[in-house]
Amino acid sequence: MGNTSSMLTQYDIEEVQEHCSNTFSQQEIVSLYQRFCQLDRNGCGFISAEEFMTVPEFAVNPLSQRLFRMLDGLNFKEFVAFLSAFSSRASLQQKVEFIFKVYDTDGNGKVTFNEMLDILRDLTGQFISEQQREFFPMFLRKRAIQRTLC
Amino acid sequence: MSKLNKSSSELDLDRPNIEDYLPSGSLQDSHPKLRLRDLLDISPTLTEAAGAIVDDSFTRCFKSNPPEPWNWNVYLFPLWCLGVVVRYGVLFPLRAIVLTTGWIIFLSCYFPVHFLLKGHDKLRKRLERSLVELICSFFVASWTGVVRYHGPRPSMRPKQVFVANHTSMIDFIILEQMTAFAVIMQKHPGWVGLLQSTILESLGCIWFNRSESKDREIVARKLREHVNGADNNPLLIFPEGTCVNNHYTVMFKKGAFELGCTVCPIAIKYNKIFVDAFWNSRKQSFTTHLLQLMTSWAVVCDVWYLEPQNLKPGETPIEFAERVRNIISVRAGLKKVPWDGYLKYSRPSPKLRELKQQSFAESVLRHLEQK
Repeated sequence: MGNTSSMLTQYDIEEVQEHCSNTFSQQEIVSLYQRFCQLDRNGCGFISAEEFMTVPEFAVNPLSQRLFRMLDGLNFKEFVAFLSAFSSRASLQQKVEFIFKVYDTDGNGKVTFNEMLDILRDLTGQFISEQQREFFPMFLRKRAIQRTLC
Repeated sequence: MSKLNKSSSELDLDRPNIEDYLPSGSLQDSHPKLRLRDLLDISPTLTEAAGAIVDDSFTRCFKSNPPEPWNWNVYLFPLWCLGVVVRYGVLFPLRAIVLTTGWIIFLSCYFPVHFLLKGHDKLRKRLERSLVELICSFFVASWTGVVRYHGPRPSMRPKQVFVANHTSMIDFIILEQMTAFAVIMQKHPGWVGLLQSTILESLGCIWFNRSESKDREIVARKLREHVNGADNNPLLIFPEGTCVNNHYTVMFKKGAFELGCTVCPIAIKYNKIFVDAFWNSRKQSFTTHLLQLMTSWAVVCDVWYLEPQNLKPGETPIEFAERVRNIISVRAGLKKVPWDGYLKYSRPSPKLRELKQQSFAESVLRHLEQK
């Protein structure tokens, strides 16, 4: 697929569809390509994390820093694959896998408690102090006990 | 446990509430009984992030919308080619001649008036104003500008300021043709800068530099001085601060609305039937933009001079700016977008993210209290 050409052929579209396990229709892939070309300012075929941050709505999202890891230097196929979890045709399995990848910062296939606290820190910023956050394990344990008793 | 840490950076009351415009995720609805899994569920936030990646209201404001090609046909294509020949071969040279003639007349009258009438200020200013209006008419003629003006013409009175939506630098020329405004502009390099420092200076124009932060106070002071002077030309400000594609309006900067004077809104809407007048400064230089206009059939636009507005009692300048923006957007048929135009050049301030974090933190703590 040419990085510099702005026209997609039918072969290109089908290749991308296969790569994202058919979660997008052909029309959606064409629209996503237009968006990709718009975001890729310097036309080099890759969107860097910097270019994502030029979208103000994305930059103010609390989880944008976390998504940087997954977003740096995406070519079009990877771009569509990244967004495939959000399609209405994506299976629950794909969506859960995506959320898992967001939680799992060190990529070792396990989500530790610290990683969950990290996400909470991202979402709440400075509005919850460290000690309030530490209440979480106690709280979770209490809830777990309540559940088993009921 | 119920006390939230107060935000150390004071929340910027300087802007309207963006949450009113953005789609709200389920996190922001107040759930009577928020369950633990709702707190740990990051999918609304992720969906908002992906939504912003796929399409966002800010980038839409600066997208040039080229017209669909209509000429790929056996009989339409030759007609289109004929049109190109006429536009580039016949119209463009004629227009260039008209423009050159205009410049010769202007320059040969302007410099004598400027230097010889140094003593008679009132007469000199009046002649200079008429001359600037003349050269702007020549410019508009060189694009075959079809401009319809609606509403009462601006009058020269102190304590009033004119604001308009901004699509291209030609907005200024179109308005200047009718009334010699003094405008506040970004200082440009090249031949435009030369024009700015010589001719526009005599109209009383004010310059600013986006990249200098100290500039704001100096400019604010100059604005105030200009508005209070009785002899000065009426002041025209483009509060968006940047060129937008004439389908949307971005947030108005409050500088024009806190001068303590009447604000007269002007709405400008271009008809894209022959050419798109949006100057995408990232894609084209101003010279290329002018050449594009000169090789098209015509530039069609409507200008509405709207009813002057005053600050209502109990209204902040921000609310006043939003109210005027609403008036202009409704008149010109533009959609409003809650973003600051300067985000083209810089990142959004962290305070917006903090707003989101704060509302989430509040719901978390509320839930933890419920135990």
